[in-house]
Amino acid sequence: MMQAQETQKRTSGRGSGQPPLVEMRDISISFGGIKAVDHVSVDLYPGEVVGLLGHNGAGKSTLIKVLSGAYQMDHGEILIDGNKVEINNPRDARANNIETIYQTLALADNLDASSNLFLGREMVTPFGLVNDAAMEAECRKIMAQLNPNFQKFNDPVSALSGGQRQSVAIARAVYFNARILIMDEPTAALGPHETQMVADLIQQLKAQGIGIFLIDHDVHAVMELCDRASVMKNGQLVGTVDIPDVTDDDLLSMIILGKKPGEKTE
Amino acid sequence: MTETSSQPVPQKAKTNLFQQLELDMRLLGMIGAFIILCIGFNIFTDGRFLTPRNLFNLSIQTVSVAIMACGMVFIIVMRHIDLSVGALLATTSAVMAMTQTELLPNVLGIGLNHPATWAITLVVGLVVGTLIGAFHGWMVGYLTIPAFIVTLGGFLVWRNVAWYMTDGQTIGPLDSTFLMFGGTNGTLGTTVSLLVGLAATAIAIWALWSGRRSKAAHGFPVKPMWAETTLAAIIGIAIMGYVFIVNSYAIPTRRLERMFEAQGETMPEGLVVGYGIPISVLILILVAVTLTVVARKTRFGRYIFATGGNPDAAELSGINTRMMTVKIFALMGFLCALSAVVASARLANHSNDIGTLDELRVIAAAVIGGTALSGGIGTIYGAILGALIMQALQSGMAMVGVDAPFQNIVVGSVLVLAVYIDIVYRKRLGAK
Repeated sequence: MMQAQETQKRTSGRGSGQPPLVEMRDISISFGGIKAVDHVSVDLYPGEVVGLLGHNGAGKSTLIKVLSGAYQMDHGEILIDGNKVEINNPRDARANNIETIYQTLALADNLDASSNLFLGREMVTPFGLVNDAAMEAECRKIMAQLNPNFQKFNDPVSALSGGQRQSVAIARAVYFNARILIMDEPTAALGPHETQMVADLIQQLKAQGIGIFLIDHDVHAVMELCDRASVMKNGQLVGTVDIPDVTDDDLLSMIILGKKPGEKTE
Repeated sequence: MTETSSQPVPQKAKTNLFQQLELDMRLLGMIGAFIILCIGFNIFTDGRFLTPRNLFNLSIQTVSVAIMACGMVFIIVMRHIDLSVGALLATTSAVMAMTQTELLPNVLGIGLNHPATWAITLVVGLVVGTLIGAFHGWMVGYLTIPAFIVTLGGFLVWRNVAWYMTDGQTIGPLDSTFLMFGGTNGTLGTTVSLLVGLAATAIAIWALWSGRRSKAAHGFPVKPMWAETTLAAIIGIAIMGYVFIVNSYAIPTRRLERMFEAQGETMPEGLVVGYGIPISVLILILVAVTLTVVARKTRFGRYIFATGGNPDAAELSGINTRMMTVKIFALMGFLCALSAVVASARLANHSNDIGTLDELRVIAAAVIGGTALSGGIGTIYGAILGALIMQALQSGMAMVGVDAPFQNIVVGSVLVLAVYIDIVYRKRLGAK
């Protein structure tokens, strides 16, 4: 399930001379004349968590949807391990081991947990029929790791609590050997206990060398979970900073005023 | 993250008898309503409703709408609607009538009752139906015109295309082999019916057993053995009961005499021959079983339900929802053509008004059968039961002597009431 890469600390794979896991260069995308993302570049190294911050409408979700294949960029390029890749749809993103946990969870409410976990990638029998029993068994295995209290395997996910739904969404991203994980406000709908669960999970995934883009409104969560943060305002990149070098207030002023802390250069 | 063992599967205490059988309560409700309806009409008609003859007729009258209702389930589950099915039935019926009476005799020199006529006609009709359906689906999926509008347009277009194809005339007589798809003119006979019934029972039991085995193999809870046996017995009794009913509906003596005369033989005195299962009913059963397997056991079916449940989620999961739309409308077109075969063969001709108001009957059957217009929920067997309940209502009221306008008032009210009961039921269940 996981890549066996060496455990990396806060500095992660950065500075070791290897190319970044993901590099999004000079990305632009417009909707009806409005530049939602305007020549933005961000990168992500293995075992690193990069926070994407900004107001609503700053363009962070749009930027990340280019990477997950939901939107097509007008301009720019995406490199994975230093190689240019084409991502035109969610299938391409998955083929590049990019998994996304969407803000809206993107679950089919009428299907059960295992159907959602395997949606688009069902296990089939030799006759080409979907193998529900095998999928449920796999689903039980991964849920035993992620959320041992989870028991509702045969109910539609509409019958689940917010946290349970979130574990299904996370299980889907984790199960398929993700190398690059995009989390769009993963704790928005969760209580304190479940938020802690997600935080622990992020640490685990980091330790396995997975690179994570974390989109969040909450500056404190970003300070706690991320190694670096890229801040966007009005579609443009304000700057990227190393979390140990900045304070909450520095980040807030980047978000609100669009000003980089004077001494920082990246 | 190192532990990989599966979670223990808790054994919930299921005290309720129905819970142990794991039967769908909505299905039971519909079967109950159908039985009450039949018994009620039987009382009011002095025992004329529950006769082999009437039940045989009821089943062949239901087939055409029921076949289309199966396709409508997929359409509605994907949050679309098809208002053009009756008109599409008329067009494909006209195409097939013209193929066998004009096209084949004049172009290929193959006349009516030639052994190839019915087969070519069938293929032409099914291909035309599928293509028109796919065209609808393309407009809905790729041009993003709402299905309601596309098929509302189709409703007007195709009924009148049919009119132009036949110059508004009734086309008949039709090929004698073709007529076998209509019902009374094509039945399997008692012996074959019995064999088909036994085979169907065997397959049903095998399906139950293999489902149980596959669950047990992964250590999931299974029903107690007695529940499984009861279920198998109920299914077996239902199948064999129907076979028994249609086998005991005897072909009228006059008709039998003519059949013997056609073969150049004389009928033995006092001979009684039962009809057996109508071919049209067999077609419906094959369609229902195939589509149920598609819905539950194929990726295509899974994606139909996923798209209905959350179109964005389906799209983000890499499902090509546009192509899916084309496919389900193409399937709907194919089923309309199949219904056209059954309907025109049952009437023994193609008439202008064939399939009029069928779109409403088909949608009503699917909805009464538990298909939610909000998408994501629906079953094939529910739609067929829905069609059967509506047909039973209509035939029963006709037999009792209820005025035609009042029949429609009742059917309309039942539709609304059925959906209301469904909503209440779902709320109680807490799901959706």
